[in-house]
Amino acid sequence: MSDIYIGDKVFCCNGCKLVYELLSAKDLCAYYALSQKPGISPQEAGISTKYEYLDDPQVILQLRDFSDGKISKVTFKTPSMHCSSCIWLLENLYKVNSGIISSQVNFLRKEVSITYQEGKVTLRAVVELLVSIGYEPEINLASLQQKIYSESNKDLYIKIGIAGFAFGNIMLFSLPDYLAVDGTLSSDFKKFFGYLNILLALPVFFYSSMDYLKSAMNGLKQKSINMDVPISLGIITLFMRSLYDILSSTGSGFMDSFAGLVFFLLIGKLFQKKTYESLSFERDYRSYFPVSVMRIHEVREKAVSIEDLAINDRIIIRNQELVPADAVLIKGKGMIDYSFVTGESEPVEKNSGDMLYAGGKQIGSAIELEIIKDVSQSYLTQLWNNETFSKSSESRMTSLANKISKYFTLIVIAIASLSAIYWLLTDIYLALNAFTAVLIVACPCALALSTPFTLGNTLRIFGRNNFYLKNASVVERLAKIDTIVFDKTGTLTQSWDTKIQFVSTAADGMKLTAQEKNQIKSLVRHSTHPLSQYIFMELEGSGDLSLQHFQEFPGEGITGTVDGDKIKIGSQNFIAHKVQPEALPFTRVHVSIANKYKGYFKIVNTYRKDLGKVIESLQKQYDLALLSGDNISEKKNLGKYFKYENKLHFNQTPFDKLNYIKHLKDSGKQVVMIGDGLNDAGALKQSDVGISISEDINAFSPASDGILDAKKFGRLPDFFAFSKKSVKVIIISFIISFLYNIIGLSIAAQGTLSPLIAAILMPISSVSVIIFTSGVTSGIARRMGLL
Amino acid sequence: MSAIFILITASLLVAIGFLIAFLWAVKSGQFEDKYTPSVRIFFDDKKTSSENVDDKESKEN
Repeated sequence: MSDIYIGDKVFCCNGCKLVYELLSAKDLCAYYALSQKPGISPQEAGISTKYEYLDDPQVILQLRDFSDGKISKVTFKTPSMHCSSCIWLLENLYKVNSGIISSQVNFLRKEVSITYQEGKVTLRAVVELLVSIGYEPEINLASLQQKIYSESNKDLYIKIGIAGFAFGNIMLFSLPDYLAVDGTLSSDFKKFFGYLNILLALPVFFYSSMDYLKSAMNGLKQKSINMDVPISLGIITLFMRSLYDILSSTGSGFMDSFAGLVFFLLIGKLFQKKTYESLSFERDYRSYFPVSVMRIHEVREKAVSIEDLAINDRIIIRNQELVPADAVLIKGKGMIDYSFVTGESEPVEKNSGDMLYAGGKQIGSAIELEIIKDVSQSYLTQLWNNETFSKSSESRMTSLANKISKYFTLIVIAIASLSAIYWLLTDIYLALNAFTAVLIVACPCALALSTPFTLGNTLRIFGRNNFYLKNASVVERLAKIDTIVFDKTGTLTQSWDTKIQFVSTAADGMKLTAQEKNQIKSLVRHSTHPLSQYIFMELEGSGDLSLQHFQEFPGEGITGTVDGDKIKIGSQNFIAHKVQPEALPFTRVHVSIANKYKGYFKIVNTYRKDLGKVIESLQKQYDLALLSGDNISEKKNLGKYFKYENKLHFNQTPFDKLNYIKHLKDSGKQVVMIGDGLNDAGALKQSDVGISISEDINAFSPASDGILDAKKFGRLPDFFAFSKKSVKVIIISFIISFLYNIIGLSIAAQGTLSPLIAAILMPISSVSVIIFTSGVTSGIARRMGLL
Repeated sequence: MSAIFILITASLLVAIGFLIAFLWAVKSGQFEDKYTPSVRIFFDDKKTSSENVDDKESKEN
C-alpha cells in the first residue's frame, strides 16, 4: 500500500490521497468549483463501457432501494473504504456532483447510501463517479437477486431493554420485603409492590422470553429436547408460581429472579451474536459473476444482463472479463485464466472452435463467443446444483449444551416429582411448593449462559487475530475435527509473492544492467498478463521510460521500443531463441533486447512462510490431505512437507474435491477444508468446517464458515488448539453450574425455598459462570499469544 | 406513609419515560451503526454546507 504517495507524504488509500490533493491544490472554498468537472482522477481505460448496463431500466429497478420518480436512493457496498477520510469523501459527494443530494456511510458494513435526483444524474453516472474516486461499488449478480441483506439486532435490543428495565425495578420493589424482618411490612405495601411486580413482569413474559418458549415448542414438536426446554420450564414455573403467590397473598413471588433470568439469557444471546457485518460468508458464483455482458445482436453491441443470456447468443468478452457461461470461441485469440475455477495458475491458450468454461477470465484482446449452455447449467455453476448446497448447515451437529440438556431435563423432572411425592404424604401445598421450587432452582441459567459466553469470547479472540467465523457454533465444530484438507494454489502458495530470478545465458554471464532493467520494466507495465505484473513488481527502476510500437501477442509475448532499443519478452518461440528444452517445474519468460538474447526470468510460486511449521505441528494430531486443481509438477516439493504422499491429490476438479470430502465424511471423519477459490466452494460447503483463506478479507471469498486472513496462516494450529480448549472451558463451567444446582436443589426439595434465596442464588450462579468462562478463555488466549 | 405510593408511582413513570426513550432510539436506528457517527462528528459539516449555499447563490447571480 505504500506506493500511494505525493512527495514525501504516504497515504493509506486513494481516498486520503484525493482528499489531500483537493485540500492542498485549492483551498476548501475553491473546491466547489469542481462540481463543474466531475472527472477528478484519470478515468480508467474501459470504464466508459463497463457500466453501460446501468442504463438498463430493469437493472436500475433491481438496484434501487427507493424512488418516487424525482428522488432515488441506492445503497452500494464499497469494500475499498477503510478510514475516516473515506467517510469524509463519500459523505461529501454532493459537492462533486450537484445531482447527488446526500450520501451516508455505514462504515462497519462498508456501505454507502446515496440519494440522488433523477434527471440530473443517472445511476450510471453515480457509479462511475464512485469508481473514478477509487471506491468501486460491488455490483454483481447476487446484489441484484437479493438486496443487500442487513440483519439487525433491533428486536434483541428492545427485548433486552424491557427485560433489564423490569429486572431493575422489580428488584427495587422486592427489597423492602426482603429487608423487613418478621413481617413488619404492612400488607398494603406488600400488595402494592406485588401488583407492580406483576405489571412489570408481564411484558418480560409475553415479549422478551417469547423466543425461548417458541424454540422449546418447536423442539418438542420435533420430539427433541433442546436447551430451551429446561429454560422454558423454568421461565413458565417461575412466572406462574409468582403470579399465584402474589394474587393469593401467600408469598411475595419470584418475579425478580424471573426477570433477571430472562435478562441474563438475552445478554448471553447478544454476546453470542457477534457478527462481522462487512464480511460475507454466503457468497456463491453469483457474487463473482458480472451483472451484464455485451451481446452482439444484428451487428450492434448491447449490454444485457446475464440472466437474459440464452443459448446461441453471441457475446464479446474483453480483457479481464469473465466468461459467464460455457461457450465456444468464435473469433479472436483466447488466453483464459482459470485460476479461480480450477486452481491452475497459468493462463490457457484457446483458439476459435475451442470450448471455454464459465468462470474463466480472458486476458488480452477481446474475443467473441457463442453461448452453448445456460448460466446456471454451466460447468462451474452446476456445482451449486449439487444437493450439498440445498442442505442447511446448522442441523448437522447438535451442540454440546443441547445434548446435555436432554438428560438434564429428565433428571430435574424426576427430582421434582420425587420431592413432590415425598411431601404429598404430609401436605399438598408443601408438595406443590417443593415441585415448583425444584423446577425454579434447577432452571439451567448458568448452564445456558456458559456456552454463549465462552463461544462468543472465543469468536472475538479469533476475530482479533483476523480469523473470522460465521457464528459461535463453528467453534464447537472446529474443536471436533480430526482431518484437515488443504487446497494448494492460493492456500498453501501465496499468489502475490512469487519468486522471480533472472537467469542469464549470455556467455560472459553478465547480469542485466540497471538501464536494461528499467527498459524491461517500462515495457511490462503496459501488459496486464500476470507474468508481466510479477516481473514489473520484481524489477527496480522507475519504469517510466517512453515506449513506442507496443504490441501484445496474446499467448506469446509483448514487444516494444524503449529508449531506442527493441525489446521482446515472452515464450521461447516468440523470442526465436533455441535453448535446450528442459522439463522444469517452473515458468520461464525469455527476454531479448535489441535482438540479442539476454536470458529468462525464472518464476516459481513460493509456499507460505510458515507452511513447514504448520504442517508439522498439525500432522501430529490430525490427518492431513491435499487437493489441488493444478498439475502434478509440485508433488515433489509438497512431499517434503507432508508425511503421506498418497494423500496428495492433483488434477482435481471442483466435483472431485466435493466428493473427496464427502467420502471422508461418510467414513466418519470430521473434516475441515481450507481453500480459497470458487473451485473449492463445493468442498468448503461439504466439509464440517470450511475455512477460506484470503489475502484481502474484504475481497471475494466463497461461501464458508470462516474467513482467515492469509497473513495469519501460521497461527492455524493455535486456532485449532484454542477452539478445543474453549470447549473444555464449557465443560468445566457445566460442572460448576451443576454444583450450584445441587446446593439449590437440596434447599428446594425440602420445600423451604424462599424468594430471597432464589434472588441471591440465581444472579450469583449466573454472574460467576459468566466471569469464569470469559476470564478463563481470555487467560488461555493470552498464554497462547492470541490476545 | 401514603405519600410513598404516589412517589413510587411517579418514579416508575419517570423510569418508563427513559425506557420509551431507549425504545425510540433503537427503533430509529441509532444502534445500527456504532462507528461512523463517531467520525462524522469531526467533519465541519455546518460551515461547508452554508458556504456551499452561498457559493451556489453567487453563481446564480
